[in-house]
This record gives sequence, structure tokens and C-alpha cells, in this order.
Amino acid sequence: MLRRTRTLLSVSFAHMLEYRAELFLWMLASVMPFIMMGLWVSASSDESANYALGPLEFARYFIAMFIVRQLTMIWVIWDFEWHVVEGRLSPYLLQPMDPVWRFIAGHVAERGARGPFVLVLLVLFFVLYPDAWWVPALRDVGLCVLAVVLAFLLRFMMQYTMAMGCFWVERASGMEAMTFALYMFLSGMVAPLEIFPPSVREIAMWTPFPYLVYFPSTLLVDSAGAAAGGLDIARGFAVLTGWLVVFTLLNRWLWRMGLKHYSAMGA
Amino acid sequence: MTRYLRTLRRFWSASFSAEMEYRANFVVATVVSVLNLVGGVFTIWLFFTGRDDLGGWSMTQALLVMGIFTLLSGVSDALLVPNLSRIVHFVQQGTLDYVLLKPIDSQYYLSTRNLSPWGLPNILFGLGVISYCVVKLDLPPSAFGIAALAVALAMAVVYSLWFMLASITIWFVKVYNVTHVLQSFMEAGKYPMSAFPHAYRVVLTFVIPVAFMTTVPAQLILGKAGGDWFAIAAMLAVGLFIVSRLWWRFALRFYTSASS
Repeated sequence: MLRRTRTLLSVSFAHMLEYRAELFLWMLASVMPFIMMGLWVSASSDESANYALGPLEFARYFIAMFIVRQLTMIWVIWDFEWHVVEGRLSPYLLQPMDPVWRFIAGHVAERGARGPFVLVLLVLFFVLYPDAWWVPALRDVGLCVLAVVLAFLLRFMMQYTMAMGCFWVERASGMEAMTFALYMFLSGMVAPLEIFPPSVREIAMWTPFPYLVYFPSTLLVDSAGAAAGGLDIARGFAVLTGWLVVFTLLNRWLWRMGLKHYSAMGA
Repeated sequence: MTRYLRTLRRFWSASFSAEMEYRANFVVATVVSVLNLVGGVFTIWLFFTGRDDLGGWSMTQALLVMGIFTLLSGVSDALLVPNLSRIVHFVQQGTLDYVLLKPIDSQYYLSTRNLSPWGLPNILFGLGVISYCVVKLDLPPSAFGIAALAVALAMAVVYSLWFMLASITIWFVKVYNVTHVLQSFMEAGKYPMSAFPHAYRVVLTFVIPVAFMTTVPAQLILGKAGGDWFAIAAMLAVGLFIVSRLWWRFALRFYTSASS
């Protein structure tokens, strides 16, 4: 088991290193947190501005969000779709290992290849904007790591569940396109949820989206402050885990149904 | 010239019928556009919960910027994405040879061959938001004429930059992702430039001229910017277009077919 994991990871890692140029471009393409940071820092810097957060808190939130997003980037639906359409899934089905492990290994190994770029960007950011520097409490780091791991799994499972649609229709990525819009606005990518009107925030916190971005990011910045601002951390972890269980069960069920329906295109 | 228009009609009717095979996409495109519009308005509104302006722009004025952005992304979805993202395939498979042999300008062929109807929801929503803002702000009817011209110039800027980046694949097949970088920077175009810190504005004006895609057209429509800005926008648009043509010719000198 351990040996299998190591082989799988090192193969995926070598594969990813081949794509360094693309990885670099994908990094450059993730400027969204910096765009929103600029807007919010600028908007809240004014004396007359009246938001729940100040400029420094906005800056920290968005840089934490950048890190979280880099760690939870998922593309399994396109990967899976490609495998199904090209008939590449069939050989994997013959192996005594569920193909999902391959996809997970690919995503995990990619983090390793992406890591250096992320570090360079972070150093650059704090050199340019030293005021935003902060040392998170050890407890916050722990909570954030836990939340990031769960967020990674939840986002992966959400996409992988939608990817199961490939067994019935040729293009399942349309589903992802639709949920991505919700993800964009409800996950806290455009603004931390403290800024949302309370009713919208309350509704959003029951959906899976804020746990993918907002929750881990805000824990890293200052979990005590977030709790004082009305974030129920224990409930957050409970809802996050709940959604993860729901999607995992749904996914396994669809996987079994789908395999019965699978006609092995191109094989 | 008529020959080019005639081929354009053929191109588009052919790709339209091809796309009609995937009608379900229309539902997806419409739902995505609606969600993006609602989310975009919500985001702009969030800024107004703590202050009365966004970089000196009122809510309706800021919406105008978003309307122009929506319209531009609709046109990009309809024309730029289905065409320019294929350049890399032509290079990879060596089929660019056939394009070059055709008795028609290769840049024209590569840029107009496909038309995707799925950009339509965004185009309609964009036009709707722009019209709403023009009426709400009591602008003279001539604002519509200015809007048409200003958006056309902005589109020329977007096209030229996108085309130049997409044609980098002639040298480096692997960097086809580079257009995503442009797209992600264009996200900043949803908001008025003056809402950004100074350093951002410098980058978004001189390095990647996002300012000229949405903010400058909005300023022209609002009458915040005068005729000299029109001249600058026009010079940039025409200039970049000419550069894109020269760039393509230069790139082709380095094209060595993949098949032979």
C-alpha cells in the first residue's frame, strides 16, 4: 500500500515537472485574489469607509485565499472527461486499483511542482507590501491545514461526482461551468463573508462553497477574530465534513451505476 | 472585399450548424451568464455597503463598466475563444500548412473561421446593462452611438492582444495557456480603474491595457473623458491591430511544419 502510494506519487510528480511552463502560466493566471485585494484595500483605506474589515485585514485575507486556492486547485472533471472520451479509462478499469487514486495522486503531486512558484510569489508579495506580514498562531495554522485538506477533498469530490455524468453524456464539464459561477461568488473569492449581508451569509454558510475558500483562509488569518465576528468554527467543520460525506456517497453510487452503463468509447 | 464577406457568411453558417449539434450548451451558457451577472452586480453592490462610491464612480456608473465587460466577454466567447484557441492545434498537427495555402489571408481565416452562438447570452445581457445605465443616467441618445464606437475600439484592443498571445504557439507549442493569463487579468476590467491602487493602475494601463477595454469606453459614454481620449483609444486600437498583423507575419517566418 505504502509502496504503491509512493510509486504513484513519484510518477505523477515526474509527469508534472514536464509541464513546468504551463504550471507557471497557470500561476500567473491566478491573479484574481490580487485583483480583489487591490479593490478592497483601496476601498477600505478611506477614512469615511465603513466595512467590517480594515485594509490590512483585507490584504491578509486575500493573500491567505491565494495560498488556499493554490492548494485546492482541482481539474479532475476535465481529466476524467478526456479519459472517457478518448477511451483511456478502460485500461485503468482492468487494474486492481480504483482509478480515483490516480487522479488524486496527480493532483497531490502537482502541488509539489507548483510549490516553488507559490513561495516565490509570496516572498515577492511581502517584500512589496511588508505591512501585510503576519505570523499566524500555531493553532490557526493547524486549523487551516485541517480545513485545507478537507476543502481539497470536498472540491475534488464535488467535481468528481459531476464528472460521473460523463458516463451518460459526452460533455459533463458544463455542470462544472455552472457550479463555478456559484463557487466564484459564494465561496468568498470576491469578498470575505463578513462583508456579506447577514442573511446572505447565513444561507451561504449552509452551502458547500464557503468551506472551499473562505473558511480555510479566514482561519489562517485569525481564527479568534473570525469567531468573534460570528464564525462558528465547530459548526463550520461539521458542515464541511457533512458535505464531504454526502458527495463521497453520491459519488460511489454514481460510479457503480455509471460503470454498468459505460460503453468504453474508442476501445 | 466582397469575397471576404462572402466567405465570412459561409464560415459562420457552417459553424453555426455544427454548433447546433450541441444545443444543450445553450442552456449551460445562459445559466452561467445569468449567475455571472447576478454575482457581478452583487459584488459591486458589496462595495457600496461601506461607502457611497467605487473609486469615485456611482453604482450605476460602475454597472456600466460591468455591462461593457459582459458584452466584451460575450463577443470573445463567440469569436475569439472558438478561433484563437485552435491555432495551437493547427501548429501541433501541422495543419497550419493547409491554412497557409488557401487563397485567403491566413490571419483572417484563423480569426473568423468559427462563430460560437454560445456567446449570445452575454452579448444580450451586456447590451441590456449598458442600455439600462444609459437610460438611468439620463444620457443623451448620442451616448448609444458613442458606446458602439468605443466598444468596437475596445474589442480591437482585446482581439489584437489575444491574437498575438495565441500566435506565440508558433514558437512554443506548450504555452497555449498564455491566453488564460490575459483573460484572468481582464477580470480587473469588471471594475472602474480608479478603484484600484496606483501601482495596479499603472500595470493595467501600460502593461496590459485593461483600462482601455472597459473603463475608457465607459468614461467616453459618460462624457467623463473628452475627444482626446477618443483619439488615444483609437490610436491604441489601430496601432495594436497593425502590430498584430506585423507580428503574425514575423511569426510565420519561424513556422516549420510539424508534418514534414
